[in-house]
Amino acid sequence: MDIIIASFLEDSIVPKFNYWIYVILMMIGLYAMITKNNLIKKLIGMAIFQTAIILLYVSVGVKADANIPIISHHGEKDHVEHAQNENLDSASEGSSHHGSKKEYHVIDKNKFANPLPHVLMLTAIVVGVSTLGLALAISQKVHGSFGTLEEDEILDQLRPGGHD
Amino acid sequence: MKFFGLLSVIIVGFLLLSATKDFPNWGDEDSPANSGPVSSFYIEKTEEKTKVPNMVTAVLADYRGYDTMFETVVIFIAGIGIIAVLRTYGNNESIPKNQVGDEGAGLLARMTCSLILPFIQLFALYVVAHGHHSPGGGFQGGVMLGASYILLALAYGLARAKSCFSEKRTLVFAALGIFIYVGWGVLCLVMGSEFLNYSALDSILPGGVEMARSHSMLAVEIGVALTVTAIMFSMFSNLSTKGRLDKGL
Repeated sequence: MDIIIASFLEDSIVPKFNYWIYVILMMIGLYAMITKNNLIKKLIGMAIFQTAIILLYVSVGVKADANIPIISHHGEKDHVEHAQNENLDSASEGSSHHGSKKEYHVIDKNKFANPLPHVLMLTAIVVGVSTLGLALAISQKVHGSFGTLEEDEILDQLRPGGHD
Repeated sequence: MKFFGLLSVIIVGFLLLSATKDFPNWGDEDSPANSGPVSSFYIEKTEEKTKVPNMVTAVLADYRGYDTMFETVVIFIAGIGIIAVLRTYGNNESIPKNQVGDEGAGLLARMTCSLILPFIQLFALYVVAHGHHSPGGGFQGGVMLGASYILLALAYGLARAKSCFSEKRTLVFAALGIFIYVGWGVLCLVMGSEFLNYSALDSILPGGVEMARSHSMLAVEIGVALTVTAIMFSMFSNLSTKGRLDKGL
């Protein structure tokens, strides 16, 4: 029994723990969105859901020995490049992955994290902020006209035979 | 209701977890997402083609320029939507004058804010202006600049912040940011190339085709930052006063 659990841990949880975290976060968010009665709590669930998706995408872009997707300039090399574009011989020294002189940008792509998920998730974060702000505004308006943010009380008031 | 919610959530979670065994491992360099031609092209060619070391900014503002443009428009529409939903005009007799919170926070908080606000704003401008060489960009810097005005409103009261950044000015700035972005694209069109194809601007910007793309990224990031700053502050001031824009939190 211990061996089964250990092998399960080793095969499906440890190398893929990012997916477990995203699924658990997503389940929390989805549960809050489905069952919570309060509109603000539903919005918090939606934010958790979005965070889970963002975590999934960014974790897909991770590489084991990679750094952030920004090419660092080493000291004065930056100025050399900007000052004299043609004279690349002096610019190509000082860095391990700047090899030959014709192609001074020989970049090992495994040294940089995948930039594409970052860009896509920047979009998702921005859209998430927009939807969250608009949803908060609408729930404020709902509170203004119904006096409550509880979903069942709002539905009670909306029903034709309901009180009020 | 709670039971069915829990049941469906557990079913969805189980299905997703059972699918993860086909997913690539954490940090796998050869996974389809990491070894695909698109991301490899971005990593290997962005600096050569655009002279921008920050690949995220380069992809965001240049290769996916359309996406970012309409993303900015999404923020703008969200801000306009919040104003349309919440903003109320006219007199508010229900709110007594000089209530608590009118003059902002206490003395210590106000002094601290007046000390750190210039640095927050300076750093926000640095993040915008240096966003294509270091972590940062229009959205990040814009949010920080908007947060500095929100801090001002929290510490000194919303009236003080509105004297710096009035409602009219927020809307003008929000529209101006999108105007800069779209105008830059139209400028490329006028120069005889495609919309948002920055390499057409090398005849009017110094430094060749690559530097033209780099400078154009800075320009559109400034536009994005203007819109984000204005909409962030507009969102806060509308949400915190239920659209009356009289007194903050």
